[in-house]
Amino acid sequence: MRRITNYTMLPMLLLWAGNANAALDIQTWETDNGARVYFVETRQLPMVQLSVGFDAGSARDPQDKLGLAHLVNLMVEEGAADLDGESIALALESVGAQYSNENGRDMSVFELRSLSDPDLLQPAARVFAKILSAPTFPKASLDRERQRLLIRLAQQQQSPRDVVTRAFYANLFDGHPYAKPPDGDAEGVQRIVRRDLTDFHRDYFVGANAVMALVGDLSRAEAEQLVQQVVGGLPRGRAAEKVAAVPELNGGALVDIQFPSNQSHLLMGQPGVSRHDPDYFPLYVGNHILGGSGLISRLSVAIREERGLAYSVYSYFLPMRDRGPFIIGLQTRNDQTSLAERLARETVASFVAEGPSAEELEAAKKNITGGFPLLIDSNRKIAGNLLNMAFYGLPLDYLETYSDRIDAVTAEQIRDAFRRRVDPERLVRVVVGGSNG
Amino acid sequence: MIARLTVTVLVATVSACASAPSNNPPPDGAPSVYETKLDNGLTVLVKPDSRAPVVVSQIWYKVGGSYEPRGLTGISHVLEHMMFKGTQTLGPNEFSRIIAANGGRENAFTGRDYTAYFQRLEKSRLEIAFQLEADRMQNLKMDPEEFAKEVEVVKEERRLRTEDKPEALTYEKFMHAAYTRSNYRNPIIGWPEDLSNLTIEDLEDWYQRFYTPNNATLVVAGDVDPEEVFALARRHFGVIPPRQVRPTDNPVEPRQQAPRRITVKARAQVPYVLLGFHVPVITLGNESDWEPYALEILAHILDGGKSARLSRSLVREQQVASSAGVGYDPTSRNSTLFMVDANPAQGKTVGEVEAAIMVQIEQLQTMLVAQGELDRIKAQIVASKVFEQDSAFAQAMQLGALETIGLPWALADEITERLRSVTPEQVRAVARKYLVPENVTVAVMQPETPGNQKKG
Repeated sequence: MRRITNYTMLPMLLLWAGNANAALDIQTWETDNGARVYFVETRQLPMVQLSVGFDAGSARDPQDKLGLAHLVNLMVEEGAADLDGESIALALESVGAQYSNENGRDMSVFELRSLSDPDLLQPAARVFAKILSAPTFPKASLDRERQRLLIRLAQQQQSPRDVVTRAFYANLFDGHPYAKPPDGDAEGVQRIVRRDLTDFHRDYFVGANAVMALVGDLSRAEAEQLVQQVVGGLPRGRAAEKVAAVPELNGGALVDIQFPSNQSHLLMGQPGVSRHDPDYFPLYVGNHILGGSGLISRLSVAIREERGLAYSVYSYFLPMRDRGPFIIGLQTRNDQTSLAERLARETVASFVAEGPSAEELEAAKKNITGGFPLLIDSNRKIAGNLLNMAFYGLPLDYLETYSDRIDAVTAEQIRDAFRRRVDPERLVRVVVGGSNG
Repeated sequence: MIARLTVTVLVATVSACASAPSNNPPPDGAPSVYETKLDNGLTVLVKPDSRAPVVVSQIWYKVGGSYEPRGLTGISHVLEHMMFKGTQTLGPNEFSRIIAANGGRENAFTGRDYTAYFQRLEKSRLEIAFQLEADRMQNLKMDPEEFAKEVEVVKEERRLRTEDKPEALTYEKFMHAAYTRSNYRNPIIGWPEDLSNLTIEDLEDWYQRFYTPNNATLVVAGDVDPEEVFALARRHFGVIPPRQVRPTDNPVEPRQQAPRRITVKARAQVPYVLLGFHVPVITLGNESDWEPYALEILAHILDGGKSARLSRSLVREQQVASSAGVGYDPTSRNSTLFMVDANPAQGKTVGEVEAAIMVQIEQLQTMLVAQGELDRIKAQIVASKVFEQDSAFAQAMQLGALETIGLPWALADEITERLRSVTPEQVRAVARKYLVPENVTVAVMQPETPGNQKKG
C-alpha cells in the first residue's frame, strides 16, 4: 500500500542464504512456453504464495520515457481480458486474496497470496493469470495512474533520502541502464502513451522472460496445474537481451545538492558485484564486518557509537544481474557532514588496507551461518528466495552450499577482494542537504 | 492495510521490524498459547510453531510514550537506546555482539504503551537471549559519556523521522492539537527541548521504576516446548526480585466540544490533509462491547483494499485524491483516534479532498453498508488471519501488545469472531456517534515552497 509508514532505515542486503541442513526440497521445472519455475511444498498453513518475475525492470526503460516499466507494472491490474479494474479488485478481495506488485531495476514482480481452498484459490488464480497475460491498459486508467505517479514523484522531491538515492545512482551508473530510476521521472512519465505500454508488455511479458516461485499447501501436480494456469497462457517470446556491462568509474566524484533539510544525507560508493561474481562471498562477508552488521559494524562503531553523529550508518553490496552498487550511507546534522564523511572514508580505507581481524571474521561467519534458518522461516521468505534463485539462474544447491561457502572465506581473500574491488580514492559521493534556514 | 497511519512505534536501533498483529485459531483443540506467571510476577507466554527450527523471544515492559509526564517526553525511548550500552558485567554493545555471534538478529521498539526488546535465533540459542535480557532487566549501567552520545543519536533519529519529513511533522502537530490532556498528545520520540534537558538521573529513575519483572511480559514463539521455556524463564528471570511499580499520571482526554483545525507550513511539494475523531478502544472487562469492532469494520469499509470506498470513490471515480487511507487501532491503553488522511489529486485542493471524505462519512451515517460489501471485508479478515500465521514474529507481537496494554492475550483468538459478528446497523451507529463535526481535528499541510499547487 502506498503509505505504510516505513521505518526501515537500513536497506539491508537481501541475503537469501543457503541451508546447511537442506531443509528445503526445491522442485524446479520449465513450462512449455519457457518459464522457469521453483516450487516448495509446505503443508502447515492452508495458504499459497505465488510470485512471478519478468526481466522487465526499469533498466528496460527507453531513455526518453523513464517510468515506462513502472507504469506497466502499475497498470496491469487496471483492466485485463474481459475484466475492468473494479472487477479485478472485487474478484480478488472477495476471496480474501492479496495481490501486490513491485518494480525494480532488474525485475518487475507480481505476487498473489491466497488461501489454498480451491474455491478461493481458483478464482484468484484466474484473475491473476489475466492480469499478467491480457492487460488492456484502459486509457482513462492510464491518465489517472500517470497523474498519481507524477504526484508520487513530486513527493519524492520533498524527501532528502529519495533525492540522494536518485542522484547517487544517476552519477554512479552515468550512461548505463542502472542509472534509470525505478519510479521514472516526470518528463518521461508525461511522454508515455498507451502504445508504449502494450509494446512493452508484448516484448517482455512472455514465457521465456518469466520466472515463477510457488510455495505452499499444494502437491506437485496441483502446483504444475496452477503454474500452467497462471503463466501457461503467455506466448513463449524471447528472453530480454543482456543488460550492457557496467563500466568502471573514470574517477571519483563529489556531488553536492542543496536541500532545505536539517540533516544531510550522504551516499557514496562504486560499482559492486553481480549475482555471479567470483568475489561475491569474500566481499559479502567483508562488508558484514565493515558496515553490514548493524550497531557492531566498523562504520557504526566509528560514527554512531563513538561519536553519536548518526542514527543510521551502513554499507552494502547490492548484487544485481550485472554489477549493482556498493553503497555507504549515513545521515547527520548539516554541520557535522564533513566530519562524518571523513570518518566514513577513513573507516573504509583502513578496512581496505588491513582487512578484517581474525576475531572479526570468526564473529561475522558465526552470525551469517548461525542466522541462516531465520532466512527461510516463512512461506513468504522462501518464495522471495526462490524467485531470486530462478531469476538470477543460481544453481539448485545454492542454498545447500551457502553456509560452507561463507565458512570457506579467509581474511586474505577478503583483503584481496576489497583491494581489487574497492578503491577509497575513487568513490562517487553525493550529499543532499546543508541549506536549512 | 489499516495500520498505515499509526505512527506509534519507534524502532530504536538498526533494522526495522514491521509486522501487523496476528491471530491464531487453536489447532485441533490444543491450546494455541501457553501461559504461566512466575512468583516475582513476570508473565510468560509461549506460542509453539514448529514450521522452522527458529525462535523469537520478546520482553515487553509496561512503559512508553503515554507514561511520560511533561518535561520527560522521549525518556522511554532514550532508555531503550541505553539498554544496549552495557551492564555491570557487559560493555557497551556487548549484548549485540553476543547475540550476533550466536547467529541472532535483535532489536527493540518503543510505542505509546510499551517498550519491547527482541531476539530471533536458531532454537537451541534461546537461553542466551534469556540470560542477556535478565541481566539488563536488573543490572543496567548508565555511563555519562555513553548517555551524552546516545542523546545525540536520538536527536539525529528525530531529524530523520520527523523534522525532515513534512507528513510526519504534520502528524506530530496534529496529535498535539487533537489531544488536549491525554499523553498521546506527545511524540514517542520526545519534544526536542525535553531531549536536551534529559539527565542521566532521570533515566536511572525511569529504569528503576519500570524495569521490574512484575511490570513485564516475556513472549516466546517458535519451535519450542512450553514447559522447557517456563523452566528456562524461572532459572534466569525467576531470581529477580519484584518491586512495587508507582504509576504515572494517565489523564483522560475530555470530550471534545467543537472542531479543531490547524495548518502546518512545511518545505514540501504535495499538500496533505489528516482528520481524526476521538473513538473508544477495547477495554478490560468490556471486551464484548461492540463499538470498537464496528469501528474496525468501518475502517475496512473505507480502506480495506483497492475495492474499498476511499480507493474506489475518491482515488479512481472522483479522482479528487491521489491517495487516501485510514488509521485505527482498537487495542490501545487509552481512547484513541479514528484517522483518515489523503493527498489531493493533481489540480484538486485539500479542501476538496476533505469535503469528499466528509461525504463518504455521511453516506456511512445515512445508508446501511450492503451485505455483499460486508461479506467481502469479512472474507479478507479471515484470510489475513491465516496469512499472519506465516510470521511467528507477528504472532508474538500481538500477544505481547495485548498483554502489555492490559487486555487478555486470549483476545487475539476472539477478535476475528467478534469482527465477523458486526452488523450493518452497528457500523452506521458508530459512524453517527463518533464521526461528527464537534469531534474532529483537521490538520492541513501546505507546502511553503513557491510555485506549487494552489492553496486548499
